[in-house]
Formats: sequence, C-alpha cells, structure tokens
Amino acid sequence: MSRISRREFMDWIGRAGASAALLEVMPPGILSALEQAVQQFPLIWLQLSNCSGCSVSAINTLHPNIENVLLDQIIPNYQLSLRFQQTVMAGSGEQAMAALEETHEEWKGKYILIAEGAVPTRDEGLFGTMGEADDRPIPLADHVRRLAPDALAILALGTCAAYGGIAAAAPNPSGCMGVGAFLAQEGIDTPLINIPGCPSHPDWFIGTVAHVLLLGLPEPSQVDAHGRLKLFYGSTIHRACTNRDYMDEGIMAQKPGELGCLLELGCKGPFTMADCPRRSWNSGVNWCIGSGGPCIGCTEPGFPDEFCPFLTLQTEEQ
Amino acid sequence: MPAPITIRLDPITRIEGHMSVETVVDDGVVKEARVAGTLFRGFEMMMIGHSPLDVIQYAQRFCGVCPTAHAIASAQALDAALGIVPTENGRVIRNLVGGANWIQSHLLHFYTLSALDYFPGPYTPPFIPRFEGDYRLPRALNEDLLNHYIMALSMRLKAHELSAVFSGKMPHSASIVPGGVTIQPTVDKVTTFLWRLRELRDFIDNYYLPDVIAVARVYQDGLEQGRGPDRLLTYGSYDLSTDPDVTKRDRLLRMGRLVAGKPQDFAPDKITEEVRNSWYTDAGPRVPTEGRTVPMRGKDGAYSWVKSPRYDGEVYEVGPTARVLCTALSGESPDMTAITDMVLSELHAGPEVFHSTIGRHLARAIETKFVADAMSRWIMEFRLGEPVCADFSIPDRASGMGLWCAPRGALGHWIDIADGKVSRYQAIVPTTWNCSPRDDRGQPGPLEQALEGIPVRDQDNPIEILRVVHSYDPCVACAIHVLDARGNERGAFRAC
Repeated sequence: MSRISRREFMDWIGRAGASAALLEVMPPGILSALEQAVQQFPLIWLQLSNCSGCSVSAINTLHPNIENVLLDQIIPNYQLSLRFQQTVMAGSGEQAMAALEETHEEWKGKYILIAEGAVPTRDEGLFGTMGEADDRPIPLADHVRRLAPDALAILALGTCAAYGGIAAAAPNPSGCMGVGAFLAQEGIDTPLINIPGCPSHPDWFIGTVAHVLLLGLPEPSQVDAHGRLKLFYGSTIHRACTNRDYMDEGIMAQKPGELGCLLELGCKGPFTMADCPRRSWNSGVNWCIGSGGPCIGCTEPGFPDEFCPFLTLQTEEQ
Repeated sequence: MPAPITIRLDPITRIEGHMSVETVVDDGVVKEARVAGTLFRGFEMMMIGHSPLDVIQYAQRFCGVCPTAHAIASAQALDAALGIVPTENGRVIRNLVGGANWIQSHLLHFYTLSALDYFPGPYTPPFIPRFEGDYRLPRALNEDLLNHYIMALSMRLKAHELSAVFSGKMPHSASIVPGGVTIQPTVDKVTTFLWRLRELRDFIDNYYLPDVIAVARVYQDGLEQGRGPDRLLTYGSYDLSTDPDVTKRDRLLRMGRLVAGKPQDFAPDKITEEVRNSWYTDAGPRVPTEGRTVPMRGKDGAYSWVKSPRYDGEVYEVGPTARVLCTALSGESPDMTAITDMVLSELHAGPEVFHSTIGRHLARAIETKFVADAMSRWIMEFRLGEPVCADFSIPDRASGMGLWCAPRGALGHWIDIADGKVSRYQAIVPTTWNCSPRDDRGQPGPLEQALEGIPVRDQDNPIEILRVVHSYDPCVACAIHVLDARGNERGAFRAC
C-alpha cells in the first residue's frame, strides 16, 4: 500500500468533505493500519529538575516547524509520536501517567527517551516527584530508573540533563545529577547522546533525532569525550566568532555595551564547544555575542560553576 | 447522598514546572482544594558568594518561559544596589525585550497550554489521551480554533525572534546588564523589530483577542466561576521613567493594590512569606530581606514546596486581572480603558468578570494588545549613538530591590551584597502568590480559593478543575527556588 502520513490522511479526510470530528471518532487502529508502512518512533519526554526552557527552545524549530514534528513524517517514512510531554499533552493526572506507562510497555526497546533537566537524588529523590503510586509520590529518579533501561536511546536535552547544569550548581541543594552520571551510578547502559546548551538549540535537538532515525546511534568517532555530536559541538565558539576580527585588530570591549571583542569582559568563547556563531539563534536572528553579551559556556560540563564570573569589569581583579 | 470523593491530579500538565492538585468533591462540587509544588531546586542558595553580575544569568534560569522578566527584575535589584539607573536606550530596550517575551508567553499560555481545555484536538498524541469534557464550541469554531492553535505555534516563535533582536537569544537572554543593556540600537534592528511586531499585532488583533472572546461567549459559566480572593496586587511593568526608587516610576502597567475593587496604597515592606504548610522548618512570617528557608520534606501537615506570600497578612491574587483593573481604574490610561470597554461590551459584561476563570484569559489578551501597541511606539524612541549602559562599579556592601511583572504577575527580587559578593538573594514570584498553600492562619491560597465551589460533572474527567488551574498560568519552577544563605543545613526527613 502507499505510504500515507497522519497529516496526509487528515488532509484527505478534509478534501473528502468529512469533518475533523470524524477523526475524533475514528478508532486509532484504522489510523495505525494506514500508517503501517511508516516507521513510528514514540517519544517519552521526561521533564526532571528543569525550567522548561529546553522544551520552549525545541518548539522554536523552524524547518521542520513544530507542527511538522508533531504531525508529519519528520523524514520521509519516519514519524515521531509524542506520547508523553507535560508541557503540551492534553491529558493530565493519572491519565497522563497511564499514557506514559502504556508507551513504556507497548514499545519496549523502541521508544526514544528524552530527558530534560537533571535528576534530583537528595532524600531518596523526594525533592522532585511526579505522579503517585500507593498514595506515595513517585520520585523523578524512579521514573528514570524504570524508563531508561527499555529505551532505544536516551537523548539528554540541555546542560542540566547532560551534565547537571544549573540544577546541580553548587552547593547543589537538591542533589541533582546529569542523566549520564545517574545512569552510570545505576548500572544502566542504554545508549545516551548529550545535547547540551542552556537552553539547547532546536537544530541540535532535531539534528540529533534525525541522526538516530536515519543513521542509527552515532559511531564513537562522531561524538566527543562528553557524549556530544561533533557535528554541532566540534569547534569552539571563539574559532568562528563574529567578533573575531575585533580581537585580531586588538579592539577589546572594556565595559558592557562597548563594541569589540568581549574576551576582557570574561567571554568564555575560547573554552566553549558549540556552533552558535555559524548557526545563530531564534531563526538566525541573533546570538549571545551578537547582542554584546559574553559567551557564558552554557554547553560545557562545568557550567555554571567553572564558568563564573560570567561578566568581569576591568576595575576588578582578573 | 454519596460520600465526598478525593480527586488528585498529579502531574498537572500544560503548565510550567511540577505541580499536583488535590480536591475534595462533595455532591459534584469542589469543597476543598490543596495545590502542591512538587519539585525543589534551591536557586538563591546557589548565588551566594558569586559576583553580583552573575545573578542575572542565574535568575533567568528560574524559568524558561519567562526568563526576561527575571533578568529585568534582577537587573533592577542590581541597579538599586549599585546606585545607578538605566540609560534611556537601556530602559527602552529592556521594555522591548520584556514585551516581546510577554507576547510569547501569553500566546503560549492561551493556545498551547489552555485552549485544549475548551476544544479537543485531533485524535493523535499529544492531543490524546484527554479528558472527555463538555466541549461546547460549534464544530466550525472548533476547527477554526484548531487552525489558530497551529498558527499560534509559529507566532510564538516569531515573538521569540522579536525578543532575540535585542536580547541575543531566547530563552535566556544575553544582553541585559545593570545600567541597561549591552546591545546598540541600529536602524536595521529597529526596522526588523517593527515589522516582526507588526505581524504579531495583526495576530493579536485578528485572532488572539477575538478567539478568547469567542470562547468566553460559549463558556459563559467560566465568566462567573473560579473567583479568587477579592484582593489584587501588582507591581506594574514597563518603565516610562527611571526614578531610582522603583515604586515611584511611571509605568505602562501601573503598580497598585485593589481590595473589593477599591484602589489602595502599596508598601513593599508589608510583603511577608509564611511556611506553616510548606516543606520548610517553621519560621513565622518573614519579610523577603530576612527570608529563612530550611527544607524539610516530611514536615507534619505540610504539602507543598511553595511558600505562602502575604501582604499585610492577607491573601492576594497577582497577574493579568490585577494589572488590567489597576491600570484601567487609574483613569490615566485611555488606551487600556478603550480596549477593556470594547471587550466588556462584546460580552455585555462588567469588570467583575475579570475575576473569573475565563476573565483571566480575557485580561491576558487585553494586556497583550495593550503592551504590543505600546511597543510599536517605544521602538521609535531609540537614541542612536547614545550609551546603552550606565557606568558602574561593584560596592563592598549594598542592598537592592527590583519590582516588576512577569507575564504571570508581580515579581520581586531582593539582593544583598557584602564584601563585593552576593550575600543574600531572594525572589518572590507570581506563582508563589497564586499557587501558595494555606498560610499560618489557615487561609487557602488564591488558586485553592478559586477551586472551591467549582462543579465537577465527571470525577474521571475533571476538566473543570484543569480550566481553573490553567487560568492562573502556573509556573511552578519559578515558584520553588528559594533557600537562604543560612538555611543550608540538611532538613530532617521523614517518609510521608
């Protein structure tokens, strides 16, 4: 049979003069049958100790836009299915938890687990909980313990998920850990790809998803020592910085708001791996250094502690 | 008569952060509600000992939906501590960056976070599963709104682009510093900002505002139900002047306090936080500059990580209703009066409807138009070639307060500097006010009050509860971040 996406099917329903209401009564099984030629990749998107910034950034994806990601084949014959994502999903409470568990059970070994935020471990994980079992709140850490082993792959989205990030900043009041460190501690060896950034760039996220769909898990040569795809994190900010010529000419900004290389104001571009200067942010509109703000090293494992102070004044000790 | 039942929703989805709501429903009506924040992060403790210039980047990361509001409130606290005020360019650009994200946040809130409470989406994840509620929109309107839901996704993205023109990137901007901003205004940025804003204003005028009115017409009961406390508080937003004392600034959205519809004076030193029912060791009411927080997850009777801010010991609601009414009632804002009158006449209603579930959505749409329209004037106020940032140095010892509004409501940041480093940082954010648990006197928080009396038709599909919760646009990650410099001992733990 010909391959038809959910979107095409909905369009066809519309052209045939039926209303969208028909879709609401259409048994899911029929939709599935029409789509069987398309490979489905269910996503479970687990928000841990986070600020939702990486979710908000992900929906800033331009091509594909978020509508394409949710409803279309993201790549010909590959369709994502967002089964659990707290920020956008319609269902709530037990119903949402049931959707999570059903996806876990039905798609063992086949779902992609996206972790956004760090894993709170203090006091047996009770500093962060979601849902309840037997009248007791379920620690977020327990959800990771349960869902991680059965995932096809885990994508740690954002620096909190990748390395602990700001959620684990000193003195780390909630005992937060990056997902990789937590899995190692728990002896879970499901493949993990880190997509750091505070927040992560939507292109890095979509690009990493596309890599898994099209090419499978990355070869060791394709990732760096911190589990990031070299495609996005293979070079320092400094190397391609749009302010690089200022430095070459010795024009150094001495106070905030001055034009010039921001190195003497504390820019961490030379120590930060990411392609921000080439890619830019928010549909290519701008990026941190483009707005006169020094790079703060947000894609790096030591962020934020090892990258402070973010901004230094020339009157202060260097 | 059937016995009362308990409905517990954990997690509440389509909000920012981790939250649960427990209601006791008797004879189909909510008798009692408890709202709990379920994630603790401890941000303010992380800032202790840092350079004061680090706090703007830390504070933004309270929340990925409203980081610019935290950046601005934090920068204002620093401005005050450093004894400076923003340059004119700095004032205008902060307003534009904040306004752009305000539009982003409100579009996200109505369409992405709330709209599915009023009409069903397509039969595919993430639109299923869903509560099978009393979806009442006529089919044609339902389909229109579903299309607008999709359009709003790209409009929200455009609002982030708008902010990034002057903030560098979103979420988590790079350009806001004490004394103003780091970015120079140039004609190319002014022009692209103007035209992106124009597209957004078209969407706000022709889709967002009419859509909220259309939903209000169909869900008339939503204009009566979900009343919070009759006490409203707002710090105002968008500086039109730069008096060193933030409480004396002229603001687009005005600072103020309303009790039973009557304007009252506002004094920031009457704000306290209480923790009787929060997972912290008891401290009694404390002003934010003396805040003390020691986490204690298993404390008897406590049920939330959110504290209970109170003004003069009373429960206040913050957010769009407070802002719209305070500004309209000031009599000094003809634009706000005109938009508000237009919306109320469309609905044949009086201003009391703004206190309701749907009323909060209406107030949000009204102030989105109000702010976006003002932004189109501000963008032309640039002073090319003039400074974007005031000179400053870090004092050994100082304190400062920033009062602003996040999209969700009144936002206060307080900083103490000692030996040139941060010695205390405290923030009281809108969701801490609105989603607070019962206070020391047992008074329920605003959302808990709003849920009382709500009819629930089907306990397995309690969509009426979600509608009230979403009307407050909870941002729980913002609300639970507090821990003070001295509060770093480990709290006793008891499995609950």
